Amino acid sequence: MTRKNWKYLGRWAVLALVGLITFSFLASGLGDRPGLPLASITPVGNSSLKNTALKSSVASSLPLSPLVERASLSSLQGVQDIDDEFRRAWQKEDMEVAGRADWLTICRRLSLALVGSGMSLEEIRALEVLPEGERIITHRERLLQDRRFAEYWAERFARSVVGTEDGPFLVYRRRRFVTWLTEQIATNQSYDSIVRQLLTAKGYFTDRPEVNFVTVTMNSNEEGQPDPIRLAGRTTRAFLGMRIDCLQCHDDFLGNVKLGTPSDSREGTQQDFHQLAAFYSDTRFNILQGVRSEHHPYQYKYLDAEEKVEVAPAVPFAAELLPDTGSNAERLAAWVTSPDNRQTRRAIANRAWALMFGKPLHSPVDDIPLYGPLPPALDRLADIVLEQHWDLRQLIRAISETEVFQMSSEAKFEIEEQHELAWAVFPLVRLRPEQVARTVMQSSRLSTINDASAFLLQMIAFGAENDFVTRYGDTGEDEFEQDSITITQRLLMMNGQMVRERSEQNPVLNASSHIQMFAKENSTAVDSVYLAVLNRYPNKVERTHFVTRFTAAESRIAAIEDLYWVLLNSSELAWNH
Amino acid sequence: MNLDQAQPRVCSGGVHFHRRTLLRGIGGGLFFSPLSGWLTQAAESGDTSRPKSVILLWLEGGASQLETFDPHPGTKIGGQVKGISTSAKGIEISDLMPRTAEQMHHMALIRSVTSKEGDHERAVYNVKTGYRPDPTLIHPTVGAILCHESDSGADIPRHVSILPGMSPARGGFLGAKYDAFKIYDPASPVPDVTATVDDPRLQRRLDDLRLVAESQFERRRLRDAAAMRTFHPASTDAARQMMNSEQLGAFDVSTESKSERDAFGNTPFGRGCLAASRLIEVGVRCVEVTLGGWDTHINNHSFHVSGCSTLDVALAALVHRLAERDLLKTTLVVCGGEFGRTPQINAAEGRDHWPHGFTVAMAGCGVRGGSVFGATNANPRLDTETPTDNLEDPVTVADVHATILKALDVPWNREIVTPIGRPMKYADGTPIDKVLS
Repeated sequence: MTRKNWKYLGRWAVLALVGLITFSFLASGLGDRPGLPLASITPVGNSSLKNTALKSSVASSLPLSPLVERASLSSLQGVQDIDDEFRRAWQKEDMEVAGRADWLTICRRLSLALVGSGMSLEEIRALEVLPEGERIITHRERLLQDRRFAEYWAERFARSVVGTEDGPFLVYRRRRFVTWLTEQIATNQSYDSIVRQLLTAKGYFTDRPEVNFVTVTMNSNEEGQPDPIRLAGRTTRAFLGMRIDCLQCHDDFLGNVKLGTPSDSREGTQQDFHQLAAFYSDTRFNILQGVRSEHHPYQYKYLDAEEKVEVAPAVPFAAELLPDTGSNAERLAAWVTSPDNRQTRRAIANRAWALMFGKPLHSPVDDIPLYGPLPPALDRLADIVLEQHWDLRQLIRAISETEVFQMSSEAKFEIEEQHELAWAVFPLVRLRPEQVARTVMQSSRLSTINDASAFLLQMIAFGAENDFVTRYGDTGEDEFEQDSITITQRLLMMNGQMVRERSEQNPVLNASSHIQMFAKENSTAVDSVYLAVLNRYPNKVERTHFVTRFTAAESRIAAIEDLYWVLLNSSELAWNH
Repeated sequence: MNLDQAQPRVCSGGVHFHRRTLLRGIGGGLFFSPLSGWLTQAAESGDTSRPKSVILLWLEGGASQLETFDPHPGTKIGGQVKGISTSAKGIEISDLMPRTAEQMHHMALIRSVTSKEGDHERAVYNVKTGYRPDPTLIHPTVGAILCHESDSGADIPRHVSILPGMSPARGGFLGAKYDAFKIYDPASPVPDVTATVDDPRLQRRLDDLRLVAESQFERRRLRDAAAMRTFHPASTDAARQMMNSEQLGAFDVSTESKSERDAFGNTPFGRGCLAASRLIEVGVRCVEVTLGGWDTHINNHSFHVSGCSTLDVALAALVHRLAERDLLKTTLVVCGGEFGRTPQINAAEGRDHWPHGFTVAMAGCGVRGGSVFGATNANPRLDTETPTDNLEDPVTVADVHATILKALDVPWNREIVTPIGRPMKYADGTPIDKVLS
């Protein structure tokens, strides 16, 4: 062999090595970990549960005892008050109340709320080895420390703060904004500090991602500057939980917007809106410095007025909380996040409740009347926000500990709409598109899909979710509006690519194949599919029926695929319950 | 459990009637009519009692009015296009649209449309809904309003978006059930309407779904949840109905003759227009077909040469086909984008966004064929503070919406109460009566 040939061969060898390393990186962990399929499929109590894989799965999670201890600290103060408020309301209406849901149902609700997905079989098996009394708290604490939680809640908050639009191309980066919010949540920054950073954001939208809250509005006026009107609308809806946008054009004449003081409330006026917008008039953009504070008077021509007038900044209620000093943005931020501005705390409490249940305590989520009437527990929950120093995780813990959150959606009495309205049962709430997509994806894996999963798997999950949501229809900003199912959505579930690919035979990627390979008994296979998809064991009727189906089937893997299809297409999967 | 005995026939007469009634009750996202009904309807296409329908040809990116329907050849702003005579006396359009020129006697041009939105995303919203973006609610597009107003139509979705772009037609505050059903190039099969398993296996799955999974879920839960909350049985039946509908064939343009397909052009947009015509024949009420590539900040002329070569043949063939089949009386064709393009040509030989005077073309449904409403100035003052000074008879996007809805016999000024309790008109403008005959 000549020297040239050796060089040639060497180059190919290096290229092959790089290719192999790249593939290994992408595919690392693509299959479930060795031993995990058997461990996840085997029921608790079976001797094979002592399998090394499951042990390592549990061991790799957070230490259990400190989690339980931490969760039972002062975070739960006030929960009893909330339960009492609901109980008084039910007694007043002489209303029957559902009992407590089982731990698997509650854990599924937590997963849907905190990471937007059902539980994995791996998670269920890991919880089953714990005493039953510790399972819910342990699962919640694991989720709260999971990166997926920060990412998921950041996206939900971003929708309320900047919407879902792409915004002006040159000055707005939504992805950077969501990443910034993710970091704030992951590092447990207090909610009030996040709000203050947004309202006072200055600088360039690339190195100060919070500035995107301002720059997203730069395409709506002809000046190409931040739009005080849109910013005022966002501020009231996202942070104060109030819709006063109608005041932009006219005074309130329908009695929808009550402002003023508690003892002397009044209908909102155009001035209320534009005085609030005037706080943002100084927020200007230039190409060199990005968003900065620069004196710029706010002028507006009110309805029926002859000409524009200069409008001074003023807040629409609780003016005594507005500081006299600081820039306009700083004063507004201080007012919004003032400990005495209960409306801000109501807004975040109501939004967190909505994310936990899929339905806000007061609906619409961003239209909470300043002076009531309010549903039971909203003000007590708002006070918990302050008692817990605006800590979002503590707020979540408190909500998850309430009797209402842990209540069943089934009852021995006949459940009517009024029971749901009074939160006397856990309401049936349609999952949002991304929750359906993630639950379908997760059900196809025995192990949890998270940032420890193979890079290639994460990419597949990300792409599949996007494709699915695009066809299913994104809910946009109105995430808590309950709409009826469309035929397109039904077709997508019955015949769509994701359901087919995630339930068909695929020994590398799909749980259906793993269950076929490792569940020797048909009853074990049926149980495993039910746990993977619906996060519960089948009841006697269901188990008997599907075991019979499996036994009679010419192809067992086809029978497993069929069961996957049935459960993925069921109301139980598509609805929180 | 003997499922074979317990399973009701999917399309037994009584069940079918009951289901249809139920589906109407849940909002009319789809309406089921017997196959014979639409076949008869298609055969009697000249019948003016046919419910009116609309085809929207959406030029995403904002086509230049100067290179399409409103040329000013030989002027400072005219660019490289020439004007050509059309079948309508006295009307000239761009020489990039020769086939369309032959159909101009069917068409009306509104050359003085204005809006206040110069950003793509906001302008698309504005032109598709007739309202500027509003953080408090999402407005419905024309097709959603049309389907909301009347539940007559087809087995298949009555609102369809072909080649959907950045913002497909949607139901907005009327509900997701009025969102457009999205398909891509009609050369490909319609997504999600074909079962992934054979019939016996699908039936077995459906049996297990209804008689085991659903029945177990409903036990001891909210009363009438299936009928009043989840709509699971009704939506599953509706999906099955669509999967089995012969009307699905309307999406398949390959059954048309080669000459007919060639007439529309061998492009996804051309096939989309042909499919739109076929869909209207079987009772679909609104079809949106999108053609992108009009955001010509550079090399405006050459991009328009390319875009118009696709648009021209498809638009002309569509109008011709509808007229030939006597469907133009009951089908409105609307062609436009989110805005026009600047009269001046920039340093990169492109034209930028211009919402201060652009063209919307219409045909059918009582539109006055061979007419022009409004005009732009060949020597405009390019002052965005007073943009309408350049226009004769300026109209707003809301006026165009009112005109479209009026042509479709929809009470354009009807106020409906939105979910936020605010009454709102379908269109907040005034119909341009001179465009309607």
